[in-house]
Formats: sequence, structure tokens, C-alpha cells
Amino acid sequence: MNGRGNRPDNSARTRGPFAPWTDPDALPLVRFEAVSKHFAGVTAVDALTLDIYPGEFFALLGPSGCGKTTLLRMLAGFQTPDAGRVLLDGTDITDVAAHRRPVNMMFQSYALFPHLTVAGNVAFGLKQDGLPKDEIAARMAEMLRLLRLEGLETRKPHQLSGGQRQRVALARALVKHPRVLLLDEPLAALDKKLRGETQFELMRLKERLGLTFVIVTHDQEEAMTVANRIGVMNHGRLIQVATPSEIYEQPNSRWVADFIGDVNLIEGRIVKADAAGTTIASASVGTLRTAAVADARPGDAVAVALRPEKIRIARDMPVGDVNRVEGEVWEIGYLGDFSIYKVRLGDAFVINTAAANVTRLIERPVGIGDRVWLTWAADAGVVLTQ
Amino acid sequence: MRRGLSVFNVTSIALGLAFLYLPILILVIYSFNASRLVTVWGGWSTRWYVSLLGNEAMLEAAWISLRIAFLTACAATVLGTLAALALVRAGRFRGRLLFSGLVYAPLVMPEVITGLALLLLFVAIEIERGFWTVTIAHTTLTMCFVTVIVQARLLGFDRSLEEAAMDLGCPPLRTFITVTLPLIAPAIAAGWVLAFMLSLDDLVVANFVTGPGATTLPIRIYSEVRLGVKPEINAICTIIIGVVAAGIIVASLLTKFAGAKPAPIGGQI
Ligand SMILES: Nc1ncnc2c1ncn2[C@@H]1O[C@H](COP(=O)(O)OP(=O)(O)O)[C@@H](O)[C@H]1O
Ligand SMILES: [Mg+2]
Repeated sequence: MNGRGNRPDNSARTRGPFAPWTDPDALPLVRFEAVSKHFAGVTAVDALTLDIYPGEFFALLGPSGCGKTTLLRMLAGFQTPDAGRVLLDGTDITDVAAHRRPVNMMFQSYALFPHLTVAGNVAFGLKQDGLPKDEIAARMAEMLRLLRLEGLETRKPHQLSGGQRQRVALARALVKHPRVLLLDEPLAALDKKLRGETQFELMRLKERLGLTFVIVTHDQEEAMTVANRIGVMNHGRLIQVATPSEIYEQPNSRWVADFIGDVNLIEGRIVKADAAGTTIASASVGTLRTAAVADARPGDAVAVALRPEKIRIARDMPVGDVNRVEGEVWEIGYLGDFSIYKVRLGDAFVINTAAANVTRLIERPVGIGDRVWLTWAADAGVVLTQ
Repeated sequence: MRRGLSVFNVTSIALGLAFLYLPILILVIYSFNASRLVTVWGGWSTRWYVSLLGNEAMLEAAWISLRIAFLTACAATVLGTLAALALVRAGRFRGRLLFSGLVYAPLVMPEVITGLALLLLFVAIEIERGFWTVTIAHTTLTMCFVTVIVQARLLGFDRSLEEAAMDLGCPPLRTFITVTLPLIAPAIAAGWVLAFMLSLDDLVVANFVTGPGATTLPIRIYSEVRLGVKPEINAICTIIIGVVAAGIIVASLLTKFAGAKPAPIGGQI
């Protein structure tokens, strides 16, 4: 589901896992220190603290209007925080003007200069640095080759396709070798197929150039695919910062579990908690067993987050699994690679399960109205207290 | 629905154009009249254009008008562009609504009133009336037209282009010169042409504020016509019509170019 299995091999991975955020001695490249930003009555960013490490591909993920762009713009220098500090390489850059910051941004609208050619756009940033002509030419040629834009040098932006414009915008920002490349919804204007290809191209570019990328997106699949770590945001705050698989498998709250992917949230109360596991009583599903939870006490109100694909569906009563519940198939959604079964337990509660369509059989083994058994392992569900 | 023009449409267009342009056409034709009598056709000739070259008073007036129009256009373009920038860019400053109302007032103000008001001002501050007072008056008259044109262009301007320039290391002033100005240049040029034309054409305001030695072309023509229409007047008017027509064509081409949208994002792949 989370697409990380498709990640192409690269040198960073063969040298062991890349996880500077677990290293207490690692120095962050970017640090937001209790940063706040308000607009006429709206709190866009609310006392947010975040470290981003060199070489990371960091994704800011959250619903529209949660403050992602504002946070990115404070790093680019287009907005000044009302409170808090922004640090780059340990230096306070809160009051440094945008044109003096060694970070570059790729705009959601691309913001290509319509009166300049592709070459003029890409060379623009290098000219500002007053580099010698031959160095500008060499770096521009290298970047155009890297982004497959050769032969388009003399075109104007309006003579390019959407995908080409996107690559020019990327080339223009990358050619300056920024300490951090900021990408604000960079692929939103592309169609789905091109978007998928470009995600992998972004990862390759980041590795190849050895840069740090911060991407803003509301598309969780995109964040999952490209990022080393994801910061999930809501109402101007970070709710969880973790790797894509941690975010998916161990969400820290009902909100994150619900926001990322499909989930069944089963509300209940802890009955018994010990080292062997936790027993939870719920009105909808009955008694559940989950893995042990730290500082869980009997009586606590909790929710169990259960991903649809972690649930097995079968006609016959299975033996051996810890959690088992019977229900009636209510709806089936056929999605090609897998199917969603909505199973009704009792009168009201509907639980979603997903099963891969492994065989090409046209007739499905389970049909609407069938009595089925749902089973899942003790470690399939995550106990959420928040 | 049937495409093309019906008889009714063709007739109304023909009538409308005739109403607008027949008088002008007659003037142009009579400027090539060989006869000394304006109303009697005496065959084709360019003699009045040649005799115009010997009419020093008329040439002097034309030269004054052109100089005033040039200076007016330059001053009105600078001031009008600055006003447009303030209106669009400065956000919600105190008195913004009042300021925009004040900028637009001359658009609808009767010229007689503008002229009279300026005359009173010049008299009050005891400035000698002549070339410069006409130039100042024309600048007042025309800068709001520049503001309107440039403001329209600025409102459609994508601010992220300026942010992109600064992001790439370009300081704010250089960003304005290398990114903003080239993109609003067509509107500024259109404003310049319009201000030039309006100044060249003005009779009323100039009449109020002019003084000895600063007789503009329209004033000259008007005073000569009062003594009877001479064929030479037809010739000079035909030349003015040519200049104005060229100016209008240039200005509308520039505004059309200025209105052209920058490249859309996404779009055709
Ligand atoms: N320049 C601005 N002026 C006023 N409100 C703004 C401005 N920029 C952002 N906001 C508000 O701040 C909130 C966060 O916006 P934004 O950072 O763009 O969210 P996101 O990128 O996550 O969709 C929104 O409620 C938005 O309306
Ligand atoms: Mg945004």
C-alpha cells in the first residue's frame, strides 16, 4: 500500500538505513523553533517545532489549509514568523531576506518567467550570483541534460507541455545547488501517470545531487512514495513526524490513522493489560486482543485502528487466529488489484476489509449477503489513546 | 443559428460607419482639392500640403504641440504607473479608496472645469502661463488614463513571478526592473501612446492655461477656422487624423498584447 517497496536501490540504502533523526549527535540542517504565524484571525502555523536533517526527503502532509505552504514560505523567506525562529545550519535566518537565503523553491504554479526562454529561466539564478559566463553555460547544460530538456533552450514557457514546464521549474531551482530545495505541491498539475513517474525522478535527482528536499503535499500516496520522513499537519500543528511506514502502521492518534489510508476505528475500553497483550472490550466487535501497550491501564477508553488489508475474510469458521468475528457482506467494491468488502456486524457497525484479487476468477468466492468470518492477528490492530 | 451577416446587420454597420466616418472622409477628400474655395471641387491636387510647409505659424504650433505631447506622455506615464503600483501593491493603506477615487476623477470631470480649476491654480501661485503650464495641465489630464491601463495589467500579474526572482537571488529593485517592468511594459507603452494622443488633441484645457508664445495646434486651427475654413486647414487636419489613427492602432495592439495571459500551468501535455 505505501509504495516504499518499489523504491529503487541507491547507495544510501546499501550503507545501512538512513535515519539521522535517530542519532542524538546529528545536527539538523533546518530547524523551526516554536514558529507561529497568524493571518487576520487565522492561525496558519501554531508554535511549531521541527528538525530536518541533511540529505532528507521530508514531506509536509496535511489537509488543505493546514498551514503547509505558510511553513514552507517562512523557510523560503517570503513570510516572517510572528514568533519563533528559523535556523539553517545552526544560523538564525529568521530575518534574512529571501534573495539572500541559500534555499530555492519550486512554485506550485511553476512561476516561469514568460518573457524569458527556457535557457533564460534556468540561467536566471546563476546570473544573479554573478558567475562567469562559461560556468553558467556549463551548469545550465548539465541541468538541462539531467532533466531531459536539451533542444528546448530557445522555447518560451508557453511553447512547452505541462510536464516540460514542470521540469524547467525544477531545473531553475536545482541549478543553484540549494542547501534545501522546497517543493510546494510540485506535481499537482500533472496527470496521474506522469505524476507517478516524476515522483521517482525526484527521488533519483535528490540522491544524485546529494541535496535535501522538503515537499509540501496533500496527497498521502505522494508523501509515502518520495519521503524519508513525513510530518503530518493539522490546524498549523505537527500531529506526527515519522517514517512513512511508522505513520501507516503506528499512527499516534485517531486523527492520523483516519487521515492516512483506510482504517477501521473500533472504540472500546481496556479490560486487561499485561506484558502478553491487551484485552479490549468494544460494543461493536466484542472482545479484542492486541499486542501489549505501554502504560495502558484497565478502564482507559481507547480506539483500535485496524487496516482493511490486515483482516482476512473467509466463509468457513477459521481456527487459530486471536480475533474472530462473524458478519454479513454488505457491499463489495472491485478495484482491479484488490476488492473492498464492507461487512456488517450486528445492526450498525460496518467493518472494511480488503483482499487482493490474486486469481483471475471472474466469480468471486464471497458475494453480497454471504455470512463470513473476519479474523486478524493480535498485532494487526494499533491501540490509540489520543 | 445561421452564421454570417444578414441584410439588416450589413445595413446597420454601413449606416453606423457612414455616420462616424463620412465627415472625416469628406475632409480628407477636400484636403486634396485644387480649388481655393473649400466647397467647390476643382480636381485633385496636393498644393495645400505644399503651401502648409510655408505656413510658419501652423508649423510652429505643430512643433509646440508635439513637444508638449511628448513631455506630457513621459510625465503622465511615470506618475500614472506609480499611482497604479500604489493602488495595486500597497495593500490597504489609509485613504486608499479616496485615492483611487481621486485618481479616476479626471476621467469623468468636464474638461471645462479641469481647465478652469488649473487656470485658477496657476493664477493663484503666480506662475507664468505658457508652454509649461499646458504641459502640467495635460499631465494632470492624462495620467489617470495611464493608471487605468497599467492597473489592469498589474491586477492580472502573478506575484509568484516576483517571488521566484527573489528566491533565485534577485534583490527587490532588480526584480522590479528585470521581471515586473518587462511584463507590464506593453501596458505602460499603451498608456504613453494614449497620453500623447490626448495631449495632442486637447483644445479646451490648453485654451484655459496657455499663454503668449504657446499656441498649440488645436488652438491655432480653431482660431483660423473662425476666420473661415481654408483648404490648408483640411490638409493639416488630414495629417493629424493620420497620426491619431496610427497611434490608436499602436495603442490597441499594445493593450491586446498586454492582456495576453502568461503560459498556463499544467494544461496540454
Ligand atoms: N497571505 C495570506 N493572507 C491571509 N491568510 C492566509 C495567507 N496565507 C495563508 N493564509 C491562511 O492560512 C491558512 C493556511 O494556509 P496555507 O499555509 O496556504 O495552507 P496549505 O498550504 O496547507 O493548504 C489558511 O487558512 C489560509 O487561508
Ligand atoms: Mg498550499
